[in-house]
Amino acid sequence: MIRIQDVFFSYPNGVEALKGVSLEIQDGEFLAIMGQNGAGKTTLVKHINGLLKPTKGTVTVDEADTTKVSVATLAKKVGFVFQNPDHQLFSETVEEEISFALRNFGFSESAIKERVNWALNLLDLAEYRKVSPFMLSGGERKRVALASVLAWDPKIVILDEPTIGQDSQQKERLRQFILQLNHLGKTVIIVTHDVEFVAECKPQVVLMSQGKVIAQGSAEKVLTNLEVVTQASVVLPQISQLFANLKDIGFPTEVIDVNEATDILLGRLGDSR
Amino acid sequence: MPIIETKNLTYTYPIGTKPAFEDVTIKIDKGEFVVLTGPSGCGKTTLCRCFNGLIPHFYSGKLEGEIYVSNLKVVNHPIHELAQHVGMVFQNPENQLFALSVEKDVAFGLENLGISREKMRERVDWALKITGIYGLKDRAPYELSGGQQQRVAIASVLAMQPEIIVLDEPTSFLDPVGAQNIFEVINRLNKDLGITIILVEHRLDLTSKYASRVMIMDKGRIILDGPPKEILNSEEARLIGVGIPKVTRLYQILKNKGLNLNEIPLSAEEATKGLLEVLRI
Repeated sequence: MIRIQDVFFSYPNGVEALKGVSLEIQDGEFLAIMGQNGAGKTTLVKHINGLLKPTKGTVTVDEADTTKVSVATLAKKVGFVFQNPDHQLFSETVEEEISFALRNFGFSESAIKERVNWALNLLDLAEYRKVSPFMLSGGERKRVALASVLAWDPKIVILDEPTIGQDSQQKERLRQFILQLNHLGKTVIIVTHDVEFVAECKPQVVLMSQGKVIAQGSAEKVLTNLEVVTQASVVLPQISQLFANLKDIGFPTEVIDVNEATDILLGRLGDSR
Repeated sequence: MPIIETKNLTYTYPIGTKPAFEDVTIKIDKGEFVVLTGPSGCGKTTLCRCFNGLIPHFYSGKLEGEIYVSNLKVVNHPIHELAQHVGMVFQNPENQLFALSVEKDVAFGLENLGISREKMRERVDWALKITGIYGLKDRAPYELSGGQQQRVAIASVLAMQPEIIVLDEPTSFLDPVGAQNIFEVINRLNKDLGITIILVEHRLDLTSKYASRVMIMDKGRIILDGPPKEILNSEEARLIGVGIPKVTRLYQILKNKGLNLNEIPLSAEEATKGLLEVLRI
């Protein structure tokens, strides 16, 4: 479990990025952190893998205080996939990229081989094994970055803006992939601006604004609450906008999904016929 | 006379074994708002690089066929000349910004146009304000967040007020409200000033309502081209995996189940209107 207690954080230049954030994330939870540019989302998740330490307050991962364990120890537990894969990739081939962390963690050569193969297949990258990551498209590089993190099987996976530059088929694959990881019992945390993606995945949602958490709850609850959504510089997904507009003629408001919308609308039409 | 015209345009990168796009024949008229979409790797970005002459002047490789932009034959005119007609906002703002302050970055293009100092001041301030970064004008672009950098890149192009603006996923790092504001600004430039817009986007739920035309590319070819509602409601668009707006999808599913709305909706407002019409019968 991740426990963030009343965390404040200021960057060396004096910018106060977190102003008293408290959040508990259970094992196996799937969470999306959303909110305006500069709200502190990335700063917050960097506290979970120990890249940043609170100026005040505490962060514990499985009871271990992040200021008291090494980043290397935490890294084994918490995999972090950056927004821009180019900030993360550096090896000559995809295979070496994925092996790198495994070597650092001291896995045996046979285990490395096995895990690299597993990760390559999982992310549909086997054909690029010997290719330089920099020859690949943006979407493919993102998958390499993800494979290199998943290879060491961290318990918690953090994805910063995973859908940027991805087309709708890639997003759908990503969605199924995340659900699969979550199903395997992993805690998955995404930082994203993509409201339609969140409406499809339906994770728990945390909204941030100006260094604080201003709302949390199910995607259906949070992404249909115009007031908090607006305060966090987020917009309602199309389907919840539609149902907000239909509220006055007696439709429910907590609807974010096309299929559910269909059932409700057809049900209503059946009544009126 | 179209403002952009291509005839059988085909391009292969120097290291490429097959064309990045092929046989593209399009005409875009002045004042159109074109949303260009299609799966990753379909050739959208490469095609856009031809509109301001980056292809063939900067990227070598093999360009076949013809392309004219603002009545200029692109292969015969250098990038800096084309830049006076076509402004370009790239996917990754880091690749575009270089000056020591935001203000200087935004002013840079104007300095080369030979306009008066006052006029320049006016345009720079306008571009900074309309993109919401006036308060950042003295900051260095490299110390800004990705979202802020994207605004600077957009402001730099807006300040030039070119006839054509090409934007390649210009708001991917912005929060939804920030992205919406930028799309509104682009829409106003198109509707009020008649600037021709070519917008490369995957997120059609946010952008298709502004478009006068949607083009879909797949595997290097333009496969669908026409009015947004017609194109996004087509079976082909759905099958190649274009992310059609959720309310358009809802319209299709309802239609399959026997509930017909009068119009194909692209936005929640249009869907609301359509549903109120049928539900009140």
